[in-house]
Amino acid sequence: MSFWQFLQQNWPELLQHLREHLWLVFISTLIAVAIGLPTGILLTRKKFLRSPVLGIANVMQTIPSLALFGFLIPLPFIGGIGARTAIVALVLYSLLPIIRNTVTGILGVDPNVREAAVAMGMTGGQVLWQVELPLAMAVIITGVRVALVIAIGVTTIAAAVGAGGLGVFIFRGIRQFDNNLLLAGAVPAALLALTADFVLGLVEQHFSVTRKRGAAPASGRRKLTLGVVTAIIAAVVTGVYVGSRDSRSHGFVPTPRVVVGSKDFTESALLAEIVAQMLEARGVMVERKFELGGNLPHEGLLAGKIDIYPEYTGTSYTAILKHAPITDPRAVYEQVKQEYAEKFKVAVSEPLGFDNTFAILVRGAEARRLKLKTISDAAPYARNWRAGFGQDFMSRADGYPGFAKAYGLKFAEQPREMDLSLTYIALASGQVDLIAGNSTEGRIAKLDLVQLEDDRHYFPPYEAVYLIREDSLARVATLNEVLTKLAHSISTEEMRQLNYEVDANKRGQAEVVREWLKKKGL
Amino acid sequence: MNVSIKAALVEFRDVSFSHAASAVPVISHLTFSVQQGETLVLLGESGCGKTTTLKLINRLLSPSSGEIRVEGKATSEWDPIRLRRRTGYVIQEGGLFPHFNVERNVGLVPALENWERAKIKSRVDELLAIVGLDPSEFASRYPGELSGGQRQRVGVARALAAEPPLLLLDEPFGALDPLTRASLQRQFGELTRRLRKTAVFVTHDVREALLVGTHIGLMHKGKLLLLETPENFLKSKNEYARAYIETLDLVPGASHPAEGSR
Repeated sequence: MSFWQFLQQNWPELLQHLREHLWLVFISTLIAVAIGLPTGILLTRKKFLRSPVLGIANVMQTIPSLALFGFLIPLPFIGGIGARTAIVALVLYSLLPIIRNTVTGILGVDPNVREAAVAMGMTGGQVLWQVELPLAMAVIITGVRVALVIAIGVTTIAAAVGAGGLGVFIFRGIRQFDNNLLLAGAVPAALLALTADFVLGLVEQHFSVTRKRGAAPASGRRKLTLGVVTAIIAAVVTGVYVGSRDSRSHGFVPTPRVVVGSKDFTESALLAEIVAQMLEARGVMVERKFELGGNLPHEGLLAGKIDIYPEYTGTSYTAILKHAPITDPRAVYEQVKQEYAEKFKVAVSEPLGFDNTFAILVRGAEARRLKLKTISDAAPYARNWRAGFGQDFMSRADGYPGFAKAYGLKFAEQPREMDLSLTYIALASGQVDLIAGNSTEGRIAKLDLVQLEDDRHYFPPYEAVYLIREDSLARVATLNEVLTKLAHSISTEEMRQLNYEVDANKRGQAEVVREWLKKKGL
Repeated sequence: MNVSIKAALVEFRDVSFSHAASAVPVISHLTFSVQQGETLVLLGESGCGKTTTLKLINRLLSPSSGEIRVEGKATSEWDPIRLRRRTGYVIQEGGLFPHFNVERNVGLVPALENWERAKIKSRVDELLAIVGLDPSEFASRYPGELSGGQRQRVGVARALAAEPPLLLLDEPFGALDPLTRASLQRQFGELTRRLRKTAVFVTHDVREALLVGTHIGLMHKGKLLLLETPENFLKSKNEYARAYIETLDLVPGASHPAEGSR
């Protein structure tokens, strides 16, 4: 499918994400200006506040955006999952350039001019509004311009906390190894940034021109500039407004009964979609908070921002409950069930029927050439190999350090840490020689990758389950019915096939799930 | 000259000023007065405290001790905004607002005082004519589109706009080329005499002091050494005054009206 065909087919969704993106950027920049401008003005009046406040704003900007989203999730009022968290983070990022340029702009006003203003008998407010702000405006607009371009970029990451925007395409594109999706997110985001930069450049010029000695432009040209800028801003605002109304009438269903979350990979989204569709079929209103990165689903669940999400027993056991890995599936399940009930008041569903453990993968050609069947077979070759692992695998208790120790593995260099979805491509294309994928990954067969057997039984079991808040279970009886039906109903083969349909055949999650539910009579 | 209507418009009573952090006074124990219609020129090298003296009058600065009276009232008792609007202020390069055209610059204080638009407009035209600029040509220009001399004329017009009884000028012609400066100095002298304005004028140029002043106050290290009419200033035996007067003779063929009075 060509990119243009793709665009034609996905036009409505693209427009929706574009509108979400614009809305997030617009609102957060507006708030940032409303906070940053007065703060900047205050800093020009109170010198002792200047370095501490600018220092704090500076530090905000250095926090990686995903980490910032992570901090915000559990906070009341400003946190949570969705647009609000994204807006708070975007505002924090936008503050520095706006405050800094306001300070620089106002302090840069010719002291003679300011003194003359005071000596003419202007009040403090008149000096600010009639002299300082107009003369600093070009510099302040530069700050807003920088903030806006940053915001457009950071907003692509907002998809990780369920805020929508063009990042949805980008994340999905990386996951599904789909350049069309990637481009559908990246190209509009880039165009948006360029347009915003250009438009604010015009505004900036408009304000700086009157300042420049000897070059007040012909008033006709200035009017034209102003007209063009006003038209563009009006168009954007209208689009955003209409967009926000749209999403209010479709997306923000009043008081959704069940909020379903998922992690940021296809299988998790599919499992979440299964529950969502089954609930909807039984008349329960569902809000989807899918594709949440890192620990966000867990934190969202505890914070009451989501009611249910799919998880793996091994992940809960080691990453959340911090136990050393063990290999007995039943023991892991029981322990998780008991501790979640005690510690979090969260219920654990019956296992869904498949195990998504770490799959140590090598290229098929390599495995056949060296006759590799188990991880132990591969250990002697590892010293000449490079490994690539997802961030998750590198950091968790049952991840890389223990794994390397258990098999006495030494690689040619420190393993490359990258996005999990990218490791499959990196392996297939020879960038790395060994990865730790998921055993239910749909692309394993398609990319001709071979799973090496865990002959020393290092990896703990990763049975798929749903985690549900106990109060949600009590509130929505249908949840129980649905979860009972889903117990032991999905085999590893089925899961791999579902993943394959989405990741390799590029079909929509909702459609794949609908088909499967029909086939299974659920 | 009717002596009886003369009143001290500005009066310094034992005024000292030092910056908060410093023990060295910028000016110390200054006592003098400026009568209605006089132009007092404060003459001295940079750092002698003449600009500080000027800024004490419209309360851009407040004295550390002593009292300054303007129109018979201590500056500390004036509302500073009112005081400044009754005081025209001209600084080097005019201190014009680069984002206002000439009309808005000149009409600034009347606008702050909420005059009617039509009245402001006619006042601006009148003032531009007074300082020798054609309103139809210059009113809509921006400061960036004017020569240095034109900017200075606009600066003077702005200071005169709301008919303040008092003008304060801080080396207003300092940045101009010698020809323009000489012409503006002459015109300014005529203007203050014609409009019967009272003015305090700061300069380090003795020739300028002799041209525009009705009185010359010589300052040195924060003190007022003498306060004389130009005629008596030229006869002074004070060593600093002599040093200034001698510079006049260093320029061969220099000619200015003050020499005639020697």
